[in-house]
Amino acid sequence: MALPIKYSFRNALVRWRSTIATVLGIGLVVFVFVLLQSLAAGIEKSSGNTGDPRNVMIVRKGSTSESASLISRDNLREIRYFEEIARNEQGEAVISADVLVLVNLPRRDGTEANVLLRGVTARGMELRPQVELVAGRWFRPGMREIVVSAKLARRFANFDVGQSFRTGNSTFTVVGWLDGQGSAFDSECWLDADECRSVFERDMYSSFLARVPDAGAMSNLIARIESDRRFKLKAESEVEYYRSQTMTAAPIRWLGGFLAITMSIGAVFAAMNTMYAAVGARTREIGTLRVLGYRRRSVVIALLLEGAMLALVGGVVGCVAAYQWNGYTTATMGFETFSEIVFQFAVTPPLVAQGLVFAVVVGIMGTLLPAIRASRLPVIEALKAI
Amino acid sequence: MPETVVAIRNLSKIYAQGEIQVTALNDVSLDIEMGEFLTLMGPSGSGKSTLLHIIAGIDRPTSGRCLVQNLDVTGLNESELADWRNQNVGFVFQTFNLIPVLTAFENVELPLLLTQLDRSERRRRVQTALDIVGLADRMHHLPKQLSGGQEQRVAIARALVTDPRLVVADEPTGNLDSHSAQEVLMVLQQLSREAGKTVIMVTHDPKAAAYGSRSIHLEKGELLKDEAVTAR
Repeated sequence: MALPIKYSFRNALVRWRSTIATVLGIGLVVFVFVLLQSLAAGIEKSSGNTGDPRNVMIVRKGSTSESASLISRDNLREIRYFEEIARNEQGEAVISADVLVLVNLPRRDGTEANVLLRGVTARGMELRPQVELVAGRWFRPGMREIVVSAKLARRFANFDVGQSFRTGNSTFTVVGWLDGQGSAFDSECWLDADECRSVFERDMYSSFLARVPDAGAMSNLIARIESDRRFKLKAESEVEYYRSQTMTAAPIRWLGGFLAITMSIGAVFAAMNTMYAAVGARTREIGTLRVLGYRRRSVVIALLLEGAMLALVGGVVGCVAAYQWNGYTTATMGFETFSEIVFQFAVTPPLVAQGLVFAVVVGIMGTLLPAIRASRLPVIEALKAI
Repeated sequence: MPETVVAIRNLSKIYAQGEIQVTALNDVSLDIEMGEFLTLMGPSGSGKSTLLHIIAGIDRPTSGRCLVQNLDVTGLNESELADWRNQNVGFVFQTFNLIPVLTAFENVELPLLLTQLDRSERRRRVQTALDIVGLADRMHHLPKQLSGGQEQRVAIARALVTDPRLVVADEPTGNLDSHSAQEVLMVLQQLSREAGKTVIMVTHDPKAAAYGSRSIHLEKGELLKDEAVTAR
């Protein structure tokens, strides 16, 4: 039978100074781990939160994103007559051809960054109902007007409603702010599609977005476009398209993992130091327990439990600290579009669980050697310890 | 005829200290009967503590046999010895060796946690053991809240709580004032006389030895004198 948990718990409390140091050390590691993973989760959440399951995204075959895709106007003329595409009350195909342009604009802090401009038709706006106007009004075609993301507006200069900025040899006036409700559209500025093509001298479209009436029509449309060798186009569900746009998250996840592992080595040694000291101070106590009939295994388990408890508290501290950032909006350069992407830290329950498990693993690894050493001490020698 | 609880046959213990070999016990043979209060006396290095440790199953002889209740404890492995100690031997140490973070009650309960007894039975036994040593009213005190004599009495309660036949005590009064020492010795004497426990105590102090029923003197690892003690 194992030693009572209160034995491990009270021993951890008795040497509270080293306990606090260990808890904070492990807490810091878990904080960094959870925070960086929450950045990646935020990016993934933003991508995963984008799109309508009834829409099909069509881009050029081989392109990794809309912004890197070019599709001819001839393709649009042919595809719009496909019977798999839904029709509106007027019998017109519900399909939008968008133009995406990357422009370099000044941030509020004086630095510069790329911003994604989406030239969008009225139908394109209908196809993206999650985008709402939260300030000002929508742009009017032919007026050099633009609606910017409210989240980008907090980061870029001249993005307040009524202000204007110059790009593509034209001056655009910001007439409104849009909100993509935590989606990838929060990292875009919208203007009229024809105006966008004209200002930026684009003869081609970047992508088509088509509405289908049902799931059967979606798979038929995708199969038809993919198999038609004239087009050289790639079609997939809009939701799937955005879900796969998580390349930016990968290096952050990698960095998070790398930093966590590097720091955890330090934390393991900190825990080991604490537990070696604890074992050293309790050598005679451990000898006594062995004399009373406790087996080596019981001593190892009690010490591992003690280390795991310390680490768990450290894990909770790290998770609570990281949670303070949950929902905080930040931005980075997206690797798909090379533009500023806005997203929120997402400290999700699975991340918290990972952080706590990680902490306990660190605690157990740090305690294992001292625990084994304690259990292997000859009883007589342990009893003679001062 | 009284029952022999401990039978020691040709027991030797040789320690290697570097290249030098130190003989702690040299061909010792001895019988200890049930209910005896045996004191082991002798100068430092005479082998008395080594003998006690071998009888209690926390050390192993170089040669010879040590039978406790007809079981040769020298043949048990580490885990078997741990179980055997828990069920058959109660220990009292010079430095009390209570677990500082556990209360008197919890300290006394420790050996019982290794048994199959349920919680209420464990509680009953712990209370009884603390009653015997006169500390039932101190059961929720931590060791640091007790005097040295009280700590040692808690240690005696811990030694008794599994109801072992054998109680071993290694200089149990060495760290106590004379009044507390007397209290502890009387408890040990009572265990031997009234509860029929076999008590083996190592001591330097002839006054302490006077509480026993039999006294053995060792010197250089050999039995020098084995004598009955007049009842005190």
